[in-house]
Amino acid sequence: MVIEAFVNHGEATVVVKKENVLVFAQGLKKDPALDFDMLIDLFGVDYLHWEDKADRFEVVYHLYSSRANHRLFIKVSVPESDAAVDTVTGVWPAADWYEREVWDMFGIVFRGHPNLKRILMYEEFRGHPLRKDYAYNQRQPLIGPRN
Amino acid sequence: MGKVAEPSLEKFSLLTTTLNDAIGWARKYSIFQYPFVTACCGMEYMSTACAHYDVDRFGAGFPRFSPRQSDVLFVVGTISHKMAPVLKKIYDQMCDPKWVVAFGVCTCTGGFYDNYATVMGIDTIIPVDVYIPGCPPRPENVLDGLMKLQDKIQAQKQEI
Ligand code: SF4
Repeated sequence: MVIEAFVNHGEATVVVKKENVLVFAQGLKKDPALDFDMLIDLFGVDYLHWEDKADRFEVVYHLYSSRANHRLFIKVSVPESDAAVDTVTGVWPAADWYEREVWDMFGIVFRGHPNLKRILMYEEFRGHPLRKDYAYNQRQPLIGPRN
Repeated sequence: MGKVAEPSLEKFSLLTTTLNDAIGWARKYSIFQYPFVTACCGMEYMSTACAHYDVDRFGAGFPRFSPRQSDVLFVVGTISHKMAPVLKKIYDQMCDPKWVVAFGVCTCTGGFYDNYATVMGIDTIIPVDVYIPGCPPRPENVLDGLMKLQDKIQAQKQEI
C-alpha cells in the first residue's frame, strides 16, 4: 500500500499507491492514534518535463489532526494514460471543491465524486489550463474566433 | 416612364458640412460615459473623474450607469474570459453613435497577464476607438486620450 515514507522539510510525507488511496484515507481518519479529522488542502501537480518522474501527474493531500496536532502529506502518482483517482469526499467532505478544482485545472478524474464539474472555468472551456502543455493564450469559446 | 432626376445636393454642401461640424461639436462636448470598471485602473479613473483633474471640463463628467443612455464605453481594467460575454452584451445594448475607450494596458493588449483566463485585448471582442496605455495610465494620459476621442468624434461623418 505504502510505496515510500520520508520526512521532507520537517513534514512527514507518505507516497501511496493510487488504488489504495481511499482505504488509506479511511484508516487515517478512523485510527484513534492518528485521528486525521481535517483535510487542509488537496492539489494536483503536472511533472510533464521531469525526467525522474515515472508518472506525469501527482495528487497531494495535506492532512491535519486538530486533536493530536500533527500533520501528514500523502502523495499519489497518477499516470496520464489512467488519470483517475478514487474520491475522498466520503471521508472528508472538504475534498469536494478541491477535487473539482484539480479536475478543472489538470483533468484528473475523481471516481465516485458526487458532482465532478468545472469549478473555476466555464463548462465550454476546452482543455485543462494548468497542464504544462496547454497553450495558455489560445482562443476559447467565450471570446470568439479571431487570432 | 421618364427617368426621375436625382435631386442635386451640391448647392446644399455648405449647409451639410456645417451641420456635420455642428453636430460633431455638440457630440464631442456632451459625452455620456459608461464606466465598465473591473480592476485597479478604476482608481485612476476615479481620480480623473473627480474634482482634481475634472473630466467635466471636457463635457464628459456625467457617468451613466445604463448602457442605453451612454455614448462612450470606458473599459477600465482587466477583462477575463468569463467577463467577455458581459462586455459584449453591454456594447450591444448601447445606442448608436457609440465609441469605445480601452483604458489601461490590460484592455489594450492583456498587459502583463499572459495566461489562460485573461482576454488579450478587448479589441478581440468589440471595436475600440482610442487606446490609453499605462498600468494604470496617469490622469493626464487619460485626458489626452479623451481629447483624441473628441477630435475623432469631430472629424467623423455624423450619422443622424
Ligand atoms: S492596466 Fe494595470 S492598473 Fe490597469 S487594470 Fe490592468 S493591472 Fe490594473
